[in-house]
Amino acid sequence: MSQKANARVERKGFLSPSTRENLRIYRYKFTRNKLSVLGLILVLLSLFFAFFALKIVPYPEHIGSFVDYANANQPPSGAHWFGTDQMGRDVFSRVIYCFRGALQMSVVVLAISVPVGTLLGLIAGYYHGTWIDTVIMRITDVFLSVPALILALCIASILEPNMTNSMLAVTIMWWPWYARLVYGQASSISGEYFVKNAELVGASRMHILLREILPNCLSPILTKMALDVGWVILMGASLSFVGLGEQPPTPAFGQMISDGANYMPDMWWLTIFPAAGVAFMILGFNFLGDGIRDMFDKGGH
Amino acid sequence: MGKFIAKRLLLGVLVLLGTSILIFIIARVVPGDVASIALGSRASESAKEALREELYLNDPLPVQYIKWLGDALHGDFGDSFITKRAVSADVQQFLPATLELVLVSGVFIVIGTFVLGLLAARYKNTWVDGLIRILSYIGIALPAFVVGVLLLLLFGYKFQVLPVLGRLSTGVEAPPTITGLYIIDGILTGHFSVAWDAFLHVLLPALALAVGPIVQDARVLRSSLVDNSSREYMAVSTGYGLPGGLLTRKYLLKPSATSAITVMGMDFSSLLGNAFLVEQIFNWPGLSRYGINAMLNKDLNAICAVVLIIGITYFLVNLLVDLIIAGLDPRMRIGGK
Repeated sequence: MSQKANARVERKGFLSPSTRENLRIYRYKFTRNKLSVLGLILVLLSLFFAFFALKIVPYPEHIGSFVDYANANQPPSGAHWFGTDQMGRDVFSRVIYCFRGALQMSVVVLAISVPVGTLLGLIAGYYHGTWIDTVIMRITDVFLSVPALILALCIASILEPNMTNSMLAVTIMWWPWYARLVYGQASSISGEYFVKNAELVGASRMHILLREILPNCLSPILTKMALDVGWVILMGASLSFVGLGEQPPTPAFGQMISDGANYMPDMWWLTIFPAAGVAFMILGFNFLGDGIRDMFDKGGH
Repeated sequence: MGKFIAKRLLLGVLVLLGTSILIFIIARVVPGDVASIALGSRASESAKEALREELYLNDPLPVQYIKWLGDALHGDFGDSFITKRAVSADVQQFLPATLELVLVSGVFIVIGTFVLGLLAARYKNTWVDGLIRILSYIGIALPAFVVGVLLLLLFGYKFQVLPVLGRLSTGVEAPPTITGLYIIDGILTGHFSVAWDAFLHVLLPALALAVGPIVQDARVLRSSLVDNSSREYMAVSTGYGLPGGLLTRKYLLKPSATSAITVMGMDFSSLLGNAFLVEQIFNWPGLSRYGINAMLNKDLNAICAVVLIIGITYFLVNLLVDLIIAGLDPRMRIGGK
């Protein structure tokens, strides 16, 4: 009887009742902190700006090389919300367009460095105490032995200065964090009984790594990814601040800030608004990351 | 304890050897034709050949690396492609300025973290706590280089009370060199006005580096203080009638400080990195500004030296942090053996 009833309930919705219950708990844990909700809103806005930059900005042609000296150096006004720069370009349009490059950078960097770092960490953690562990983790240590920004600057400067190479430089410096995080998780999990059981029944190494150990490392990885989007944006902005990254006339946050700094303090809008743009994105992803951490947090109540 | 330090030192040396391989690959192998980068593509073939010989570029890679490392261990990093001087001489000239900046901002971070952290925990859930929380969000959101630019704007143009560029005012002569750190040299040799001038100059760049770490670490300290103050042992000690000051200092602050100090150690990494941008902004004649110029101009010999020195500094600071934590937390000392 009751089984039948359950089956009916399951058929009614798209998700099974237990999944829905879990989602409800996740939503409760996430929305308990209002800042997480704010973070979500900021992130959604950032995504909106990034995807529809060319459609929503008032002066799309001002994003590239465009000159209108008649309207140069104007303070913020109704026509130009964030003022105009020394070439008469609309700062608002350019700042919104920067969201796109920043988001693109963090997606590319994380899409490459997270799988690589996770896989290396999984392998090193599973073969805890063997030479494989030693080799992988000592190489990881080497990459973490110099502040990431410095090596990223180094790599980006030796290659041609452009967006692709700055993404490459940041990616090379980013995987070790995931290797170390996953290593810690995997080496403790690989001693658990369910892993031993899987070994006993003859599961392949691939199965053990990807199906037994990896799922148990996912929540710290996801939390770190959400927080890291902000940090990748920060590092990208730091690179472009010294001219390594997106090259003019295409705007980028760091580049706009460093250009604008030359015209401080009279034309403050050239620096303040791009800086606010970076802050907007970093804060958004940080608050969202905190929310995701709360969501996966098993304790707490 | 001795064993703990020895083990860390040995591991550190191994990792730094790895770092040297990494930077060798980045700065010597990846760029391709090093001689053309150094001399410009229009240099004569014979000049290029001479440089290749000097930099061992005609040897196979492993041999190149070992010869390069041998020279580097003797402090010989070759000549800078830009300044045309020995890189080691450049480093000697620029390193003290960066050390001074980093030390002062380190002091700011320690003092600021403890003051704000204790305040936030003491006035938990009042407007003081709320204000510090908001400051911490601002600290997360604003990159150090933005803070630097804003400070430069505020003090350079709006309130002209602090000097914003360089290490000393024009016309003020550097004190006789003992450590190379103007503040300390000035005090040691009795040139107090010079020391004061140097201190005023370091104030803003150091603050630009310190603001982010201070407000974030203060939050870490606050939460561990709040956690620990609700532990039973605190209630028991209060019940025994221990005076509040002693209670805070000895029983509350000591266990709570470890997490904040760990975070400070990690922040040191971003501090060293951010120094590369902040020194550029404040025209601070330090190793980081030398380093960033070397990078932007592909001065490969200088890049290697700067990165290795930063690596060593970072390692020593981490060792120091571990020692401080081992001193505070007996469990670490036992675990370390």
